[in-house]
This record gives sequence, structure tokens and C-alpha cells, in this order.
Amino acid sequence: MLIRFSRLALLSAGLCAVSIGTAAAEQKQFPVDPTWQAECGSCHVAYPPQLLPAASWDRIFATLGDHFGSDATLDPAVAADLLRYAQTHAGRAANPAPLRITETRWFRHEHDEVPMATWQRKAIGSPANCAACHRQADTGDFSERGIRIPR
Amino acid sequence: MTRIRVLAGLLAAMLAGTAMAAPPATLLPPLESQARQDDPAFAGFSAERGGRFFADKHGGKWSCASCHTPDPRNDGRHAATGRPIAALAPSANPQRLTDPAKVDKWFRRNCRDVVARECSAAEKGDVITYLLSLQ
Repeated sequence: MLIRFSRLALLSAGLCAVSIGTAAAEQKQFPVDPTWQAECGSCHVAYPPQLLPAASWDRIFATLGDHFGSDATLDPAVAADLLRYAQTHAGRAANPAPLRITETRWFRHEHDEVPMATWQRKAIGSPANCAACHRQADTGDFSERGIRIPR
Repeated sequence: MTRIRVLAGLLAAMLAGTAMAAPPATLLPPLESQARQDDPAFAGFSAERGGRFFADKHGGKWSCASCHTPDPRNDGRHAATGRPIAALAPSANPQRLTDPAKVDKWFRRNCRDVVARECSAAEKGDVITYLLSLQ
């Protein structure tokens, strides 16, 4: 009994260490830019720039007039500042440069345990709706601790 | 001395804040003169016409109401991303229509999404008049 208990204790301590490590790794790895939060965040979560490579951000900023079916044009000076911010904090290069974060191998790997039916729940609607489950996504915090999947 | 400087700074910030926010009704006169320039027969804005414009899909996929709900006093949701959108009618959300640059930006983008072109001054004035009519 005692042995079993200590095994369990060891196991949970190990799990805790892992989850803390992951949480730390997934927390803010970039300085939050208030303009980025305001401009990108008015229609969707202000996606952290490291989730796409620089070439993807180039393509996205070059096509803001038709941004996934919506006009998302910005004041040119604001757009230039935000593109610079995105490139500075972009993720590693991927080829071809994806436009959707949800199409990156990283995203698919991180979410491979989420069944299709969960994505389709009314409160979630789409994998683009980070904040439905990542409750602190607005502040750039995607840590495991902040996840609550709505029913 | 430092205290005075801090107070002066606070006062300046408050004044700057006040200067930027303008009552929604001040958006209308410039639109009115533009509308008259576009059409000499222009006879004033209409809340009723604005309401119809707001609800109509104009032959496309979305209406204004697709994201702002049929009653703009309610909070809405982005039709594509599901992102919550705060109520559009100033009676429900006093911050709305107080920043002319923001109003311009969103009319530009959203008109292209809904009517596939920029809105005319007459259309913008009608919609603003409609939003202001909702108490």
C-alpha cells in the first residue's frame, strides 16, 4: 500500500513537473504589442506572431484586402509597423508558408486529441476560435492551465 | 514639484482623451454635405432607410446584422470567427461612434464585405441615424 502510494506520489510529481515545464514554454515568448492586440484582436484572437513563419506573415500582410474573405485593410503606416513586429517574432521557417495557423504541423500535433465533434460545438465553432478553450489567449497565454473546453 | 508635474501630465492626458472622443451626432454634418454634393436632391438622412440597409444582404453573403445581430443594441459575434463584438448602438454602448477615425475604418472594411464597395455618404449617414434612433 505504502509502495503503491509513493509510486503514485512520484508519478503525480512527475506529471506536475512536466505540465509546469510545458506551461512555462507556452507562455508569453514575445513582447505583447498593444497595436497588434487591438488591430488583429478586433475580429479574432490576436494570434501570437510565432505561430507562423515570416514568409507567411509577408503573404498575410500583402493580402489584407481579402483576408480569409473579409476586408482587413489597415492604415499603411500601422500595417508596416505590425508586419515588422510579426517578422521579428515569427516562428521557424516552413515550406510552403501556410496562411492558416491551423494548417501548420505544430497546430495539428498540439490538437490531435481534440475530436471533430468538439470543434463543432456551438461555443467553439472553429479551430480559429482559440479563446473558446484557451481562456487567456487574448493576452498571449496559451498555457495548459488556462484551458477549459466548453461543453 | 514632481507632484505638480504628475498632476499636469494627468490633466494633459485627460484633455487629450476628451479631445479625441466626440459625440456621435458630430459625425453627421460632414456626411450631409458630402451627400448633398453627391446628389443635389438629397433630402436628409433617414433612420428607417438606415435600418433597412443594415438588415439587407445586398445580394451578398453577409448583412451588417450577420455580425451585429438584427438588433444592434445586442452584443454580436463575428460571423466567420465567432469573436464576440460589443453592441453597436450608442444607447447600449456609449463608446460607439465617438472616434471618427475608427468609424471610417470600419465603414471602409465592412462595406466592402457587405456591399462589395465603399458606402456612400448618404448610406453611412442613414446607418448612423438609425443607430442613434435606437434607445
